[in-house]
Amino acid sequence: MSSVRVLVGTRKGAFILTSDGKRKDWQVSGPHFAGWEIYHMKGSPVDPNRIYASQTNAWFGQLLQCSVDGGNTWEQPGVKPEDATPSWPPAKSNRFLYDVSAETGKPLTTHQWYDGTQHPWEFKRVWHLEPSLTDAETVYAGVEDAALFRSTDGGKNWHELAGLRGHGTGPKWQPGAGGMCLHTIILDPADPNRIYIAISAAGAFRTDDGGATWKPINKGLVSNMIPDPNAEIGHCVHHVAMNPARPNVLFMQKHWDVMRSDDAGENWREVSGNLPTDFGFVIDVHAHEPETLYVVPITSDSLHYPPEGKLRVYRSRTGGNEWEPLAKGLPQQDCYVNVLRDAMAVDSLDECGVYFGTTGGQVYASSDAGDNWQPIVRDLPGVLSVEVQTLA
Amino acid sequence: MSSVRVVLPYHLRNLAHVGTEVALDVAEPVTMRRLLDALEAAYPMLLGTIREYETGQRRAFLRFFVCEEDWSNEPLDKELPGAVVEGKEPLLVIGAIAGG
Repeated sequence: MSSVRVLVGTRKGAFILTSDGKRKDWQVSGPHFAGWEIYHMKGSPVDPNRIYASQTNAWFGQLLQCSVDGGNTWEQPGVKPEDATPSWPPAKSNRFLYDVSAETGKPLTTHQWYDGTQHPWEFKRVWHLEPSLTDAETVYAGVEDAALFRSTDGGKNWHELAGLRGHGTGPKWQPGAGGMCLHTIILDPADPNRIYIAISAAGAFRTDDGGATWKPINKGLVSNMIPDPNAEIGHCVHHVAMNPARPNVLFMQKHWDVMRSDDAGENWREVSGNLPTDFGFVIDVHAHEPETLYVVPITSDSLHYPPEGKLRVYRSRTGGNEWEPLAKGLPQQDCYVNVLRDAMAVDSLDECGVYFGTTGGQVYASSDAGDNWQPIVRDLPGVLSVEVQTLA
Repeated sequence: MSSVRVVLPYHLRNLAHVGTEVALDVAEPVTMRRLLDALEAAYPMLLGTIREYETGQRRAFLRFFVCEEDWSNEPLDKELPGAVVEGKEPLLVIGAIAGG
């Protein structure tokens, strides 16, 4: 029988929630890495028991953890005694150095600071880990300050794909409230050379040559808080989602506006429709119905909680524009949590499950595509990310 | 070679799978740089957690205390006090600010 594993990153550790395919009874494992911020965890599609985790805090910096047994045990890649070589220690799994080499790198320029002045690029943390669709040893990391790194040895060593940061528009990139983070990485299942990424606040980018060169894909985005609302660069993209069955169709939750592209990001159009507010962070797509979308509207950029204190997921079955509130099982009064950008995911069971975590420490699940919700755990630290694995 | 004691903060102890204190063999003259080199060689999971990769400098939110003195900003190649070299006093690695 199928089962589900939910990987939850929080402000104070990682938690792993498991259930059988009925998704009624849940076991909670954790905290793993207690006391650390776990920005993101994600399992390999090739080897689901291999899970990568980004562990960080202000005192000790960035660490990278990997489990090969489904999250029961963890280790920092490359630090086992058997990994020793004459040049010990050979691996530096938490070493994310911007590539400024003459052969492959780009000059480390500056980006725009909050006050409009230029500021040096400084590595802070890994926001998102995206394991390869075809190789369990290959994994991508989206970092702050925004850049994309790749490891091809299971996370032991990391190398920047410097073509992105060296695109030439870097001096126009600027941090959002959470920092200048590369938070979304989408690997195209139909084209191994195509990758989409998104940066807050620069916008979305696409490579069609495996990461060597990148182009901004922000045509159609309108952001009224920047000097040129239609600028090529500078949009605060919060998250992008794709259904693997239709890799050219992308959905975006921007700072304000829910957007859609039917041509791999070349052009975007707004599909906010009848949402009560089109500000928000998460967006995801049903596993089997590529026109069914989910967002969690948040009041505004100044009020990061649901409108009227009512936590509601909104679902569109029409690819956007027409939205319905989903509230059964969710708190409908005095609820002032937020749902952060990487904190929603879907499973791929026949009846698609939808999951999201809140800054109040609740993880909600629906086993019927959003019609009904239940909290599968209530009192975790603030949730930073949620990923789901559907296991055979 | 001196046997030098280092007291690690909670999270670094967990990473290194050690107790409060570790003992390290460090070649003389014993300096902060040599001590940290020995610590990272013995416990590679601590690489990057005490010193920045790029600069080799102490991370901003950590402090080094030796013999009731703040050595956080002393030169890395300055010889440590005899009491540390002789193992009578440990190097304390502590968080510079309280955390929740």
